[in-house]
This record gives sequence, structure tokens and C-alpha cells, in this order.
Amino acid sequence: MSTHTEAGHHGPAKGISRWILTTNHKDIGTMYLVFSLIMLFIGGSMAFVIRAELFQPGLQLVMPEFFNQMTTMHGLIMVFGAVMPAFVGLANWQVPLMIGAPDMALPRLNNLSFWILPFAFSMLLATLLMPGGAPDFGWTFYAPLSTTYAPPSVTFFIFAIHMMGISSILGAINIIVTIFNMRAPGMKMMDLPLFVWTWLITAFLLIAVMPVLAAVVTMMLMDVHFGTSFFNAAGGGDPVLFQHVFWFFAHPEVYIMVLPAFGIVSQIVPTFARKPLFGYHSMVYATASIAILSFIVWAHHMFTVGMPLVGELFFMYSTMLIAVPTGVKVFNWVSTMFRGSMTFETPMLFAIAFIVLFTIGGLSGLMLAIAPADFQYHDTYFVVAHFHYVLVPGAVFGIIAGVYYWLPKWCGKMYDEKLGQWHFWLSFIGVNLTFFPMHFVGLAGMPRRIPDYALQFADFNMLTSLGAFLFGTTQLLFVYILIKTVRKGKPAPQLPWDGAKGLEWTVPTPAPYHTFATPPVFGDK
Amino acid sequence: MTENITVPSQMQRRIIPARLSFFRFFKALNYLGYPDWQKQTILIFLVWDWKNKKKRPILRTKSNFYLQRATNDGCTIRCKENAMCRLLHLFSTALVLTPAPLVALEFNMPAGVTDTSQSVFNLHMTIFYICLVIGIIVFGIMFWSIFHHRKSKGAKAAQFHGSVLVEVIWTLIPLLILIAMAIPATTTLTDMYDATESDLDIQVTGHQWKWHYKYIGEDVDFFSILATSREEIENRKQKNPNYLLEVDNALVVPTNKKIRFLFTSNDVIHSWWVPDLAVKKDAIPGFINESWTLINEPGTYRGQCAELCGKHHAFMPIEVKAVPEVEYLAWLDAQKASKLAAAGAVDKDWSKDELMAAGASVYEKNCAVCHQADGSGLPPAFPPLNGSAIVQGDKTGHMQLVINGRQEKGMPAFGAQLSVADIAAVITYERNSWDNQTGDMVSPAEVQSLMDSQ
Repeated sequence: MSTHTEAGHHGPAKGISRWILTTNHKDIGTMYLVFSLIMLFIGGSMAFVIRAELFQPGLQLVMPEFFNQMTTMHGLIMVFGAVMPAFVGLANWQVPLMIGAPDMALPRLNNLSFWILPFAFSMLLATLLMPGGAPDFGWTFYAPLSTTYAPPSVTFFIFAIHMMGISSILGAINIIVTIFNMRAPGMKMMDLPLFVWTWLITAFLLIAVMPVLAAVVTMMLMDVHFGTSFFNAAGGGDPVLFQHVFWFFAHPEVYIMVLPAFGIVSQIVPTFARKPLFGYHSMVYATASIAILSFIVWAHHMFTVGMPLVGELFFMYSTMLIAVPTGVKVFNWVSTMFRGSMTFETPMLFAIAFIVLFTIGGLSGLMLAIAPADFQYHDTYFVVAHFHYVLVPGAVFGIIAGVYYWLPKWCGKMYDEKLGQWHFWLSFIGVNLTFFPMHFVGLAGMPRRIPDYALQFADFNMLTSLGAFLFGTTQLLFVYILIKTVRKGKPAPQLPWDGAKGLEWTVPTPAPYHTFATPPVFGDK
Repeated sequence: MTENITVPSQMQRRIIPARLSFFRFFKALNYLGYPDWQKQTILIFLVWDWKNKKKRPILRTKSNFYLQRATNDGCTIRCKENAMCRLLHLFSTALVLTPAPLVALEFNMPAGVTDTSQSVFNLHMTIFYICLVIGIIVFGIMFWSIFHHRKSKGAKAAQFHGSVLVEVIWTLIPLLILIAMAIPATTTLTDMYDATESDLDIQVTGHQWKWHYKYIGEDVDFFSILATSREEIENRKQKNPNYLLEVDNALVVPTNKKIRFLFTSNDVIHSWWVPDLAVKKDAIPGFINESWTLINEPGTYRGQCAELCGKHHAFMPIEVKAVPEVEYLAWLDAQKASKLAAAGAVDKDWSKDELMAAGASVYEKNCAVCHQADGSGLPPAFPPLNGSAIVQGDKTGHMQLVINGRQEKGMPAFGAQLSVADIAAVITYERNSWDNQTGDMVSPAEVQSLMDSQ
């Protein structure tokens, strides 16, 4: 900065070094988003393999051992490679713009936390080519299937997880520091846009639980290579300990994957309803309550491991409690729409679909919380239906909504609204055709993670597969829309949405490489 | 009147004769396996249709397009133009034409055959209906606003942005609903956890990929392995109705007795699940979990392993046969007798052909999942037996490997799982199959003496 006479106003470097060396939050945000899109397609192609095999009963295309590798890698890549980096990408773009900061607080760290990811995922994907194959023990990698009985590639899997964890922690630290220190003068915490609030809470969750994930994979590493017996009963260890530690990480992790989507929807709905968000304060408190509760509900994933009765009751009650703040959020969104003046552009459509389908996922989550009924639901397709409803039309629709919403500001071009509507409706139909029938086969008794199934599940599985092919193919249209927008979209106006409020809309369109070099004065609230 | 009845195909002619009597018609539906609700709907339609019979003209108007279509597709009876009637008509036509198995789709949790499973089912339905009502109210308000409060209809946005009273109300009401849900759930759960005072204890041990059942105090124990043939799994043969849900030795239990299960595992975590009993419990190596059931109705109840346990997780089903106590006791005696007979097999003089024949079926059940039916294995995890140095080498080395296994590589110790005669048979089979032509045989006596010497 000091060598430049026009400090802070120079453009990006030319060529590939722009992307490798960049410390600009917009460039890094773009890289995160592109990376996550690539991962979405890699993880999606694995889902294609899974659904193709499950199209009919019997083994047709892949062997069971490869099928298990596909389910495992699909889960890991979608969670760690698609959803999480997409949210970090959105945070990189939007947090500084929304709080009036010139960049992230720790720009070099920001560069590092992104560039760890391609290496981590290259290593994870490389396990597919190793002798013995990729990890095949499910994305939850329960010991001892993932230790004593694991393929040799488990070591690379552990290393990859460590790297992803470091990347997430660094990213989270950066976001917290930025939000705490770099807000525009006059902007108090309770003035923060909800997307920033939800990301702040998410970042704290990340810092709290990523080390737990690191701990559990380290214990696995010790068991596999250094003769310890953390999870080996024959050596005095406890396989269930693995599950406790894992879910202590993984339950907050599911909120990490959905809280920022809550934030995005809370930005979009008021814009297109042309009406202020209903209950801003209670939205913030509800998000914080969900985050705090997420630390005391982990064992609801383990109702069948044989916990004592009091343990089961505690985790059942605490899990049910989460429905209260989540309900508050849904009621607030609906109240925001109530007596608004709504229009239904693509971001709003995805946001409304988010509210409806996420609520369906939330209600099936409430059913899963009831321990005695959970004995019947546990490890069936009902669970698969539940978490896909929360993650696909939940997290992924939230991300897509956010991309459509902010894209005009990012690149200065408008996407093709007609194609956007097509993208929405095909995705909406596809997603429901894929995941709704899963509730039925799950209730009827189909376990998850099986490459072949009994005949009574055949019809719904075929429907699910057809839906999955539709949903997957539709996302190619999304890529087409993005490319078309960037290359030859119509110029976007300064304020593309007439109801949009917030600092991010005060910068020129497209957002210049450096924004808010002089802090804006925040005060029009 | 008869000209109103079109009979488009042979099949239709058979199940719905021109002057149909309800009785014959329903007998036909029964025969085709239509479920009750489908038959009842068809009955309602037919009664409705019969009521309208007299006033019925044959319509060829454009508005009647759907009816015409349905008729061409094989609808049997036309009725007067009437929206309700037309709807029923279409619906029942679809029902008649839908193959019964498609309509008989299972889409809900089974209510099961125990008091516990019944109360779990009731709990499930209660929560489901509560969720349904919540969903209808919330989405109802939302879609009402989406419809009415849109800019294109000239809606002007209000500017309210909060109300403490409303927020408190919609925090408290869900809380009360949750408490109402938690009470019956707690009662059911407490009951499910009370495994005391059982009449019968069965130890269930998960193995990759089969179940072992041991009747505690009865000296009866056996493995239960998938019985579906490879031809069916590999689509070379028509799949039977119990595809993937059938085993060689079912778990036989008495009805009206409290049965306590003790679950553990020999290798990785498995989970024993029979939906009709509402029992699902993890089988964890080194630990014992318990659960119980009391089955009211005799019958065969099927389930599967529910926890991912490796390659063949999908292929270790559970079959529980509940029979009256008298029958159960007779079965128990027969088991004990056959165990005695198997013990005598060691002393029997086996011919090589007998060993080869017995060995082929032991191999198919126990070895083929990993080492494959043609002995080619799945390297590197599961080495080939065809051409293997161990199989073609010294007999003792081969026997030791089969008996003691190789725990670190996932090869089970079959000495503890198979009978001496079975081990001898399978070793003989492996040494004289595919390209392995050692020509030698291993007798049960040899296996026995090696096991004794260890």
C-alpha cells in the first residue's frame, strides 16, 4: 500500500498471479464461489452414480464397495467442499460491503484460508485412485469401521480433514475480527444486517467445533498408526466415544451450514416485500439461541447406541427446544411478507422455496427428535430425506438466492430473469421429486447407505432417481445463466432491486475493486 | 343400457363382465391383490354411477374431453356430465387400471405387532398430524399473503416491523405444543427401556455380514445369513417377493413371551432392526446393549442391518419367525438334536465328493461375498483364492488360516463360526476348485485334531 501513490485505488494484477497472490476480499470471494460450484458438480456427479445404481433393485452399475465410496465422498464434498466454501465466499464478498469496510481485517490470512482448500480437496479426491479405494465408511466415519477396518486411504482423508479445518478456522477468525473492528462509524452491533449477524454467530460456532473435528480425526490417526485404542474396545477403548466427539462437532456443523442461509433469506424477503424485516431483534436472539442449543443436543444422532434413559430424555427435550427459536424465525419471515408489496424475481422465489422446504425439513426434524419414534426413523431414508430438505432446498437454495440477489452488484450485469425463473421452477420440481419420496421409503423401512434394496421400495426409488437427474441437470442451466450474465448480460442499474436497503447498495455498479476506502457514515436507519 | 359399457381389452372383459355383479367383480379384484382402500373407492364409484344410470346420456361434447379420454383408455362405464362424477370416474379408472402392486405401495411406518410398536406408531402419527396442522396454518398464511399482497395487485407495503406481544405468543404456543408432545414420548420411552422380567434371553451378535443368535441357557446358537441368490442380485434371475429380506436360519421366537435381546458385535458397529417390532439397537463391539419385545401375533417379520458396516451392509437381513410356544419348544428340541447330529459328523467317514458338495454350499454362504464365487477375490482388500499360494500350499497352513482368521485384514476366525465338518468341506472345496487342483482332501478329523492341538 505504501509504495503506491494512489494507495488503495489500484486495479487487480494481470494474469494468473492476480488469483494466486490476491488479498482482495472480492477476488477471494469469487474464488471461493467458483470453487464451491466446481465441488457442487463433483459431489453431484457422485450423487448421479448413487441414484443411477438405485434406479432399480439389483446391482447394475457399481459394486457395493464403490457405492460406499460414492456415498462417503458425496457427503464430504457437499458439506466441506460445496456448502461451507460457498458461504465463506458470500461472506467475503458481502461482509465488508455490508458493514462499510474496505476489505477483510486479515487479507493475507484470507488468501491462505482459501488456497488451502484446493490442495485439501485434490488430496481427498486422489484417494479414489488409491489401492483399496477412497474412504468408504460414510461421511460420519464411525469407528471402528473407519479405523481398524478402513482402507489405507484413511490417512489421506484425515490429513485432508485437518487442512479443511484449518481453512475454516482461519476464515472464521477473519470474519469475526472484521465484524468487530471494521464496522462503519456509527454502526452498532444491533445495526448489523442479518446476514452479517448470522455469519458472526456461525464463525463462533466454527471456531468452537472445528478443533473438535481435528481432535477426533487425530484420535483416529493414533488408533490407525500408533497403536492407541481410543475407539478399539479390544484395547479398552470405546467405539461410542467416537460418536460423542464426532457429533459434538457435527451437530453445530449442521447449523454452520444453515445459519448464513437464514441471514441471506432475511435480507431478500424484506427487499422483495418492500417492507422492513419483522422482529429484527428476535431474529438475532433466535439465531444465537439456536447456536447455543446446538451444543447440547448432539446425542440425538445416537438414540440407538444404548444411552441410559435419562440421557435419552435430556437429548430429546433439548432437541425439541430448538423448534422454538426456529419457529420464531419462520413466523418472522411470514410476517415480513404479510401486508407487503411483493414481487417474485428469482432471488425471492428461491427465498420463498427456502422458507417452505426448510420448514418441511424442520418439521421432520421435530419428528426425529422424539426418541421412541426415532428408533424407527434412525438410519433410514427418512433421515436422508430430512437432512437433504434442510441442506438442499435449505442451504443450497439460500446460496443460490444470495448469488442471484447480489450478482448484479458484483459484476454490474443483470441475469436473464426468464432463464432464472426456469432455473427456479425446474430446481423446485426436481428437488421435491428427489427428496419427498425418500420420506415414504424411509418410513416403510428402507435403511440408508445401501446399494440394493427390497422390492417394495422400487417405485419410489425410481421416482427419486428421476427427480435427481432432473435436479442435477438443471444446475447446468445455472452455470449457463452465470456465464451468460458475466459475458453479455444487460448492464445492471445502481439499485437493481427497488426495495433493497443497506450499505452494499450504495457502492457503484459494478462494485469497484476497492470500496469504502473512506468509511461511509452509517446513520440512515 | 349395455351399449354404455365399453370393453376395451381382454383383461377388462374378464374382471368386469358386461352385467357385472359386485360380488364377482370384487372377487376378481381380490384375486388380483388390490388393497382394501382401493376396492372401497371403486365400490363408492360404482354405487354413485349406478344411481346416475337412468339419466345418463352419452356425451360427446368438448367439455367432456377427459371423460372421453378415460373411456378410450379403457374406462368401462359412462355417466352423466357431472364434475364430481367425472372426477370419481377418472380416479377409479386409474385405480382399476393401475397394477395392484403399484397401488399397494408402502409409504408409512408399520404399526407392527407389539404393544410397543403400536404406541410408537401412534406417537408417530400424532406428531405427524401436529406438524401437518402447523404446516397448513403457516403456509396458509404465507400463500394467502403471496396471493393478495403482491405489487402487481396494487398492494401497498405496510411498514410495521415488530410486536413484542405477538413474538411472545408465538414463542409460548410452540413451547406448550412441545410439552404436550413430550409427555406421551416420555411414557413410551420409559416403557421401552424396561427390559426386566424377561421370559427368554437371546444374545444377538453382529458379524460382517451376518447375524449370530444364541439362546441363553439353551445351548442353541446359529448364524443367520442372507438366502437371496447371487443370480437374483445380479439380475440374472427373477427376484422373489422377499428379495434381500430372507435368511437361511430365521430367528424363531415364541409369541406372548417377553423376549430380551442382548446385542453385541464381533467387528464393527451393526444395528439390529425389525420395523414390525419397533426394535432398533446398535450392536457395538466390546459392549452389550439390551432391548425387549413381546410379540402378539404369530408371523414372519423382516428387517435389515441399519448401521453402515462395510461392503455388504445391504446384505445382512433379519428374519424373525414368531410361533406359538408349543411350536417354539418343538423347534428348540429339533435344534438341539441337529446339533448333536452335527457333532457326530466329525467321526463319519467322508468321501471327497461329499466334502466337495458340502464345501460348495459353505463357500457360497460364507466366503463368496469377499473372495467371490469364482475365487478371484477383490484385491487388495480380499485376495484371490484361485491360484493362491496358501490354498495350493501346505494343508496345515490353509487350515490354520481358515480356523484362526486374520483379524487385522478382516478375515474372520471361522473356527468359532463353522462346524468342523463345514471347515473341512470348504477347505477341500477351495483346494480342488477353479485352477486349484491339488487333488488332496481335508477330513473333519484332521481339522478337529489341529483345533485340539491349538
